[in-house]
Amino acid sequence: MELKEKLVSSFLAFENTVDVDAPIHDIRSQAIKVFEEKGFPTKKEEAWKYTSLNSILKHDYSIFPKEENALDFKDIKKYFIHDIDTYKIVFIDGKYSSHLSETTHEKIDVCLMSSALTHEKYKPIVDNYFNKIARQDGLTSLNTAFSREGAYIYIPKNKLADKPIQIIHFSTGKESAQMLQPRNLIIVEENSHVQIIERHQSLTDNPVLTNSVTEIFVDKRAVVDYYKIQNDNQNASLIDNTYIDQQSQSLASVHTFAFGGNITRNNLNFYQKGEGIDSVLNGITIVEGKQHVDHNTLVHHTQPNCESHQDYKGIFDEKATGVFNGKIIVNKEAQKTNAFQSNNNILLSDKATINSKPQLEIFADDVKCSHGCTIGQLDDNALFYMRSRGIGEKEAKALLMYAFANNVLESVKIPQLKSRINKLIANKLNVNIGFDL
Amino acid sequence: MMLKIKDLHASVEGKEILKGLNLDVKAGEIHAIMGPNGAGKSTLANIVAGKEEYEVTGGEILLEGEDIDELAAEERAHNGVFLSFQYPVEIPGVTVTNFMKTAINETRKAQGLEEMPAKDMLKKIREKSELLEIDRKFLSRSLNEGFSGGEKKRNEIFQMAMMEPKLAILDETDSGLDIDALRIVANGVNKLKSPENAIVVITHYQRLLDYIVPDFVHVLYDGKIVKSGTKELALELEEKGYDWIKEEINA
Repeated sequence: MELKEKLVSSFLAFENTVDVDAPIHDIRSQAIKVFEEKGFPTKKEEAWKYTSLNSILKHDYSIFPKEENALDFKDIKKYFIHDIDTYKIVFIDGKYSSHLSETTHEKIDVCLMSSALTHEKYKPIVDNYFNKIARQDGLTSLNTAFSREGAYIYIPKNKLADKPIQIIHFSTGKESAQMLQPRNLIIVEENSHVQIIERHQSLTDNPVLTNSVTEIFVDKRAVVDYYKIQNDNQNASLIDNTYIDQQSQSLASVHTFAFGGNITRNNLNFYQKGEGIDSVLNGITIVEGKQHVDHNTLVHHTQPNCESHQDYKGIFDEKATGVFNGKIIVNKEAQKTNAFQSNNNILLSDKATINSKPQLEIFADDVKCSHGCTIGQLDDNALFYMRSRGIGEKEAKALLMYAFANNVLESVKIPQLKSRINKLIANKLNVNIGFDL
Repeated sequence: MMLKIKDLHASVEGKEILKGLNLDVKAGEIHAIMGPNGAGKSTLANIVAGKEEYEVTGGEILLEGEDIDELAAEERAHNGVFLSFQYPVEIPGVTVTNFMKTAINETRKAQGLEEMPAKDMLKKIREKSELLEIDRKFLSRSLNEGFSGGEKKRNEIFQMAMMEPKLAILDETDSGLDIDALRIVANGVNKLKSPENAIVVITHYQRLLDYIVPDFVHVLYDGKIVKSGTKELALELEEKGYDWIKEEINA
């Protein structure tokens, strides 16, 4: 049976496990119809021209999470940013792991989507926000149909989340291929601030496909910094669908560190709905082998005096492939918009490829929009210069690559996270250089 | 002998640039190499430093008696070769300090030494930057990025001071320097000179040689050293240009 049919027919079984009288269930029922109609995207669609999901849709995935598989913290410690105090929402094979997590309901809510969807006290909030900005495309609808678990974060107004929040999904999938569909809802009210780190980690060689949806609401003057670490193993694929709603004077930034995995697709969407908003989209991609990373971004400016800044750096070795498709829409009303986009790439091998495409749709006449894209190799003169100072070829190349990605790294606001990303990069480049940029 | 070059032939992209060059440089000596544009001066500097685009087609380069032809650029640096670049490369994102820390520690690693303790490194950086009258703020800027011509050259000699090479080749270090910067750079080079090291100065003009006084002056023309002498030769070249030398050779 094709995966699509399997998913559609599984919906009935899914309904036996959830409260079908809850209003949310109408949304799910609608969504499965949309998925049935639209299915998975194909290369015929413009937005999927360079990314084919065929190779990862052929597996016979188990769709429902099994009973919780226990993991020992010491075995998975390395996947956490563990040298700072954080809240943690940890899932194993799609099931919440209470013993690895650290949640709170004091002043702020850092907890589970499953509680938020079932407990009466969250109902008004969930009704207001759930599935309100998620796009009605096949993949997002599929996630909505099976939405049951994920992170729920609610920061009421004038609150500062006292420490960063880590959301980590592990898949153990020892027996079979596994499909995971986490659903996160994050609401940050007026003047509030939160930092979130998200990671998906497979602990198996069996195929894993994660189709994740995150909705983030950033109210007036609120600040959200979101960091995505995508450094999964060779058989794990990720489709990340993130939707961000921003109100006036708010600041939202998303950093995406794509260092590994089989196929990684980021659908990152910012909807600006007020004035004086700033949106930041930064990314570092370093991949090799046959890895494929696709960044598909959208920033929609609808009101005057807003900004957006996109800076994506990519380093591709061996037969790795990359896609950057950055769409900026500026409505007629959105005068004085400043929208910047830059995508710079280094290809280390003749067989690596990158497809980079800016897409600007500007309907206002008084705006500053710029986009730039470069694709190049490492500069031989710079390499010789460094080598002539005693720095070995491998180290010199790594130093140049660090330097290339450094301005994105510099914008990471959590120092321990920055130094972890530094180490991840050093490991990836297989060097140990005695400096800390 | 610090540096011995014997009958060196070299080409780049199939074009022969050096056509049988000989040069002997002893420890404790300063040599100046002068000559018209296109004579092969920068080629010589880059070949000794190990640039791979240049192909040595004949002859030998010996550093303290060892043939260095097979050594990579970084290995030559580890053995004490230093090139002050005519056009230092801008490297955004790497600060001067981090670059030097990496260079020194990579070199120490290659020599089987421990990394230099941070305290010693900072002390050394402070001393050497004072020698070249370099502002501390300058050291935390990206390497050569947005530096003026003079700042780039001063930074090259700062790197030389940090690396303490046995053989330093200064490729047109005087170009782009105003008279004050020239004096600072020359003063730095003179302080770095010792009986154990050697310096080869490549220049178009005699001006630098007023400050860095050479023991020997060579004229490089059409891929060969065609005339050697003492510092008076530089003055003569300054006065009369290169035409008389060309005539002498062609005669």
